[in-house]
Amino acid sequence: METNHAGTGYLRTQDQVRLLATNKTIQKVRERIIEFSMFLCALSSVAITLGIVGILLFESWNFFKHVSLFDFLTDTQWTVLFENPRYGIMPLVTGTVVTSAVALFVALPLGTIIAIYLSEYANNRVREILKPILELLSAVPTVVFGYFALLFVTPLLQQVLPDLPGFNMLSAGIVIGIMIIPYVSSLSEDAMKAVPVNIREGSYAMGATRFQTAVRVLFPAAFSGIASAYVLGFSRAVGETMVVAIAAGQQPNLTLNPMEGAATITAFIVQVSLGDLPHGSIAYESIFAAGLTLMCMTLLFNIGGYLLRKRFREIY
Amino acid sequence: MIDVENKVARNKRFDGLFAIIGLLSTLIGMVTLAALILDLATAGLARLSPHFFTSFPSRFPAQAGILSAWVGTCLIMLVTAATAVPMGVAAGVYLEEYAPKNWLTALIEINIANLAGVPSIVYGLMALGLFVYQLKLGQSVLSAGLTLALLILPIVIVATREAIRAVPSSMREAAYALGATKWQTTRDHTLPYSMGGVLTGVIIALSRAIGESAPLITIGALTFIAFLPDSPLKAEFPFISFEWLFSPFSAMPIQMFNWVSRPQQEFHLNAAATGLVLMVMTLMMNGIAIYFRYRFRKRIKW
Repeated sequence: METNHAGTGYLRTQDQVRLLATNKTIQKVRERIIEFSMFLCALSSVAITLGIVGILLFESWNFFKHVSLFDFLTDTQWTVLFENPRYGIMPLVTGTVVTSAVALFVALPLGTIIAIYLSEYANNRVREILKPILELLSAVPTVVFGYFALLFVTPLLQQVLPDLPGFNMLSAGIVIGIMIIPYVSSLSEDAMKAVPVNIREGSYAMGATRFQTAVRVLFPAAFSGIASAYVLGFSRAVGETMVVAIAAGQQPNLTLNPMEGAATITAFIVQVSLGDLPHGSIAYESIFAAGLTLMCMTLLFNIGGYLLRKRFREIY
Repeated sequence: MIDVENKVARNKRFDGLFAIIGLLSTLIGMVTLAALILDLATAGLARLSPHFFTSFPSRFPAQAGILSAWVGTCLIMLVTAATAVPMGVAAGVYLEEYAPKNWLTALIEINIANLAGVPSIVYGLMALGLFVYQLKLGQSVLSAGLTLALLILPIVIVATREAIRAVPSSMREAAYALGATKWQTTRDHTLPYSMGGVLTGVIIALSRAIGESAPLITIGALTFIAFLPDSPLKAEFPFISFEWLFSPFSAMPIQMFNWVSRPQQEFHLNAAATGLVLMVMTLMMNGIAIYFRYRFRKRIKW
């Protein structure tokens, strides 16, 4: 086929056309290959989740061949590394719950107040300065926070509470709480900012103060977003490792008193990992069972958060 | 009438009071940050000397240093960046530019959002089972780097997507109008324009990875290591060696953890000095990221 480009006197031979066509095919194939490899990269995130769930279930399965699920959930002793090991997860769970509760007790009120302040009160310039500095808190390595909890906050608390032991859940919890403030505050702030302006203006028009608007109008309106901020804060607190491993002690202790020291699930995993345990031993498998418990706790809370959000979702 | 006025006045007073409470709450975070840095500096500054950076850990606190720790951290970061950046950017580009609207895309998106809530130590457990034992990579620099890469992958993906979303579609349409293919448009226009946002995200992600210790402990980081990994550069052919990938490792947060968990006071000073170095590194990276964000936002005017 000969193509005559009228007016130019330019003649394309058959070969040239064919070459052009092949080039185009090559290009098309190349585009497909690139697209497919990028798709694989995106899919890798799903593979990570599958890997996490798969490995945790697989190794825990081996663990539960030796230990009954009933003992695991009801026994009150966790002495995996002892001569006569007992495998009751409860002491680790209470340690985790107590430190997280202290942390949330600090982070949720403060985070919410900061979010209200930054979104409703602070002017642009103040916010531009305060926000990045606040977010630096979440950039500090957690091991540094651990040092801070053990060697600064605990001595400080001991001035007020002389009976406080050197390793305690209180100071670890407080430090974790401060650490997760930015997570809670910036997500909550985004949620409050996203509430349409006319709702805010309606409230002002009724004569409400900024505080009344924030608490009675914006907070309920943004509750679904604020709840996700709380859930993320909880996940962070439960999964926090270094602060508790350093400052809360590594002794499993079935107690709800934050003034005592106790190992959390994460601290136990660290303690076992530091020793040189043979691959395949029950102690080695026990850290996966502990990890699975941790995942179940965050999952439960996430589902709870989801239901709460669904219940209170406001649509404009 | 008086009653209403009183009520209004009271509400206004409370409103002003809350402004102060809000400011104070925000300051609590800042005071903590300042106390943390001051505490580290007063304890650790004296230990910072060239000797501290050039010697191995030791039983004697005054002679101990962080040579193997910082070399380990650098090598791990090399592996992490080399894995997480291309993968994360590619995934972000795919999700933003290519992905069809179907259940698979929705699944990937929900999954990325949920990965942010997974505790880092769980990544460590996964890596212990998968990389160390199933794939037999051992307790090595390679395993550590890959673990941290998986950990920061979601951060890189989210940052890339946000940066790409900020590029106006008129840019893409102009490229398409000139006959560019989708990939050519992405490579030559969309990606370069979103470089600022991507870089910011990558730096912030890497600063997270540098301070991460829990997953590294889980996969078996050493706390006492008196040798360096094999050098990546060799005097003889082929000049480059990858032996170091399979070498045992330590890292700065691990070293700090080890020192802070010892009872002796002198080791705590070493821990403070290591913490100071870590803080300077992460704060510097965050500063650079903030600067990048500011500069690119200023430079590009659509």
